[in-house]
Amino acid sequence: MSKIRVEGLKYRYPDMDSLVLDDLSFEVEKGAFIGIVGENTAGKSTLCYALTGLVPHFFKGAYGGNVLIDNIDVKQSEISDVTSKAGLVFDQPFSQMTGSKTTVYEEIAFGLENSGVEREEMRIRIDNSLRLMDIEHLQNKNPYDLSGGQMQRVAIASVLAMKPDVIVLDEPTSQLDPQGSDEVFQVIAKLAESGITIIMAEHKLEKLAEYASKILLLHKGKQIAYGSPKEVFSRDDILEYGIAPPVYVRIAKALKLKNKAGFYPITLDGLKQQWNVGDE
Amino acid sequence: MMAEINVRELHFSYYPDQEILKGINLHFKEKSAAIIGQNGAGKTTLVKLFKGLLKPVKGDVLINATNTKEITAAKLANQIGLVFQNPNDQIFKSNVIDEVKYGPLMIGFTEKEASIQADLALEAVGLRGLEQVNPYDLSLYERKMISIASILAMDTPIVIFDEPTMGQDSQGKERIKAIINRLRQEGKLVLSIIHDMDFAADVFERAIVMKDGQILLDGEPREIFAEVELLKEAYLEQPNVTRIGRELGAERVFLNEKELIDWLKIQHATLQ
Ligand SMILES: Nc1ncnc2c1ncn2[C@@H]1O[C@H](COP(=O)(O)OP(=O)(O)OP(=O)(O)O)[C@@H](O)[C@H]1O
Ligand SMILES: Nc1ncnc2c1ncn2[C@@H]1O[C@H](COP(=O)(O)OP(=O)(O)OP(=O)(O)O)[C@@H](O)[C@H]1O
Ligand SMILES: [Mg+2]
Ligand SMILES: [Mg+2]
Repeated sequence: MSKIRVEGLKYRYPDMDSLVLDDLSFEVEKGAFIGIVGENTAGKSTLCYALTGLVPHFFKGAYGGNVLIDNIDVKQSEISDVTSKAGLVFDQPFSQMTGSKTTVYEEIAFGLENSGVEREEMRIRIDNSLRLMDIEHLQNKNPYDLSGGQMQRVAIASVLAMKPDVIVLDEPTSQLDPQGSDEVFQVIAKLAESGITIIMAEHKLEKLAEYASKILLLHKGKQIAYGSPKEVFSRDDILEYGIAPPVYVRIAKALKLKNKAGFYPITLDGLKQQWNVGDE
Repeated sequence: MMAEINVRELHFSYYPDQEILKGINLHFKEKSAAIIGQNGAGKTTLVKLFKGLLKPVKGDVLINATNTKEITAAKLANQIGLVFQNPNDQIFKSNVIDEVKYGPLMIGFTEKEASIQADLALEAVGLRGLEQVNPYDLSLYERKMISIASILAMDTPIVIFDEPTMGQDSQGKERIKAIINRLRQEGKLVLSIIHDMDFAADVFERAIVMKDGQILLDGEPREIFAEVELLKEAYLEQPNVTRIGRELGAERVFLNEKELIDWLKIQHATLQ
């Protein structure tokens, strides 16, 4: 049984004249790690909203087609039922802060309190997500006194603590330092291995190439491709969609290093191997 | 006259018991510089001190000859522009054109001058046509570009960016690179905080690594990005192009794709 089914999804923001999501159809298996890629304004964030019910419950406008999460129809359900299944990490951590809590610990506790999680269980979950995001030392700080990257970590931790079956992340590492960014990708990949379904909009294609199981390529709201990172990033027409493929692909292309199956290497190891073999 | 920033024995803390900047000495003139380092290292705090939004607890920041302690941030605004890390901290008008004109008007441009400046700035960031839109109906990338345009429009001799490439696709990054190069050609002093190591290596003439409120490394990108171990200590990584070169056996430190590909092509030819 597939976890998420998107069927003919169309969406337009109120007062806008063109579709932001234009006839998307795809399925996501439980425990998959899906990367959403596309140039700026392709519709990635809007799709993240549609997968978590903000579209059409918060953002109105014109909506067509279906989004089903475990056969729950997002459009027909209460938004709270959707968010307890599918959590969203916003592209701006700021938008995610409650604005009413004075410590990071309480900030992360907020969602758990609202959904009636028991005290002991709550403590365990908060400690665990603080540790996963490497922010234990910040738990008593005011959320508004944090650096950009620290706040982004808190935003991710708040969603992890809710333990939703599906986690949708919109450029979650945009403000993280290079090592911190890699650590977050590793944490997310582990969650996927444990059966949580991950959907992530991201411009760091090298990281998606390394960690994602499938890539959804959007362009002007349309679904251009949905396949393995190798397939999607090796497409010869990828530049036409405003996407520079991962650096390993760019280098391999310049040197005409394709493998027998017709794919370019998408990781450093792949590039090294292909470099040693030469053009086949 | 070339703009200058002088930082002497700078200490800063938000709360008395927690020192954030622990004695920083720096001098900036002419060369564009990337400021890199771990989350929470104190990068944003440092540039807010340059801008005069925060005042030193100890030590001094001099913008040209002016000590930031002796002048308000508003009076410094015609000297130094800062693009905030979070565009929402900067944007507060309800349409794009008013937002971009606000800065120049504040520092004494006439209505007509401000309009011309705003047009040029929106052109540079590729957002002509959005003049009448409410910034809050735009995507994060578009808001970031608007906050960049607002600062460009003020035409200050010093321009500082805090994470300009955040949320940008590859074209957006190219555009920002072009903006920085143009500012540099106009003789402005350009500094940028940046987490994208490939961008830092490719675009800037100097790299400064901050760690825990101090300067760990300061020098030419080719020297700095060779320091694998020290970079690791500061929670950073080598740029992808540098790492690929190293892994494929190069002794040289590559700073951009062209350098790397040129070298690989020569290797390729000699191998065959
Ligand atoms: N609240 C809104 N109201 C109206 N239009 C919007 C709104 N949010 C986004 N848009 C528009 O919808 C289009 C798609 O935006 P979206 O944020 O989904 O793109 P994206 O792929 O996430 O881009 P980015 O890479 O910049 O984050 C853009 O043209 C944007 O201006
Ligand atoms: N307003 C504030 N009040 C108290 N502490 C603060 C405040 N702003 C920042 N800090 C703290 O000061 C330290 C330095 O923060 P700063 O924002 O300068 O870091 P940064 O290097 O820019 O990090 P990032 O890469 O995450 O943006 C952090 O530990 C942060 O928690
Ligand atoms: Mg987006
Ligand atoms: Mg910062």
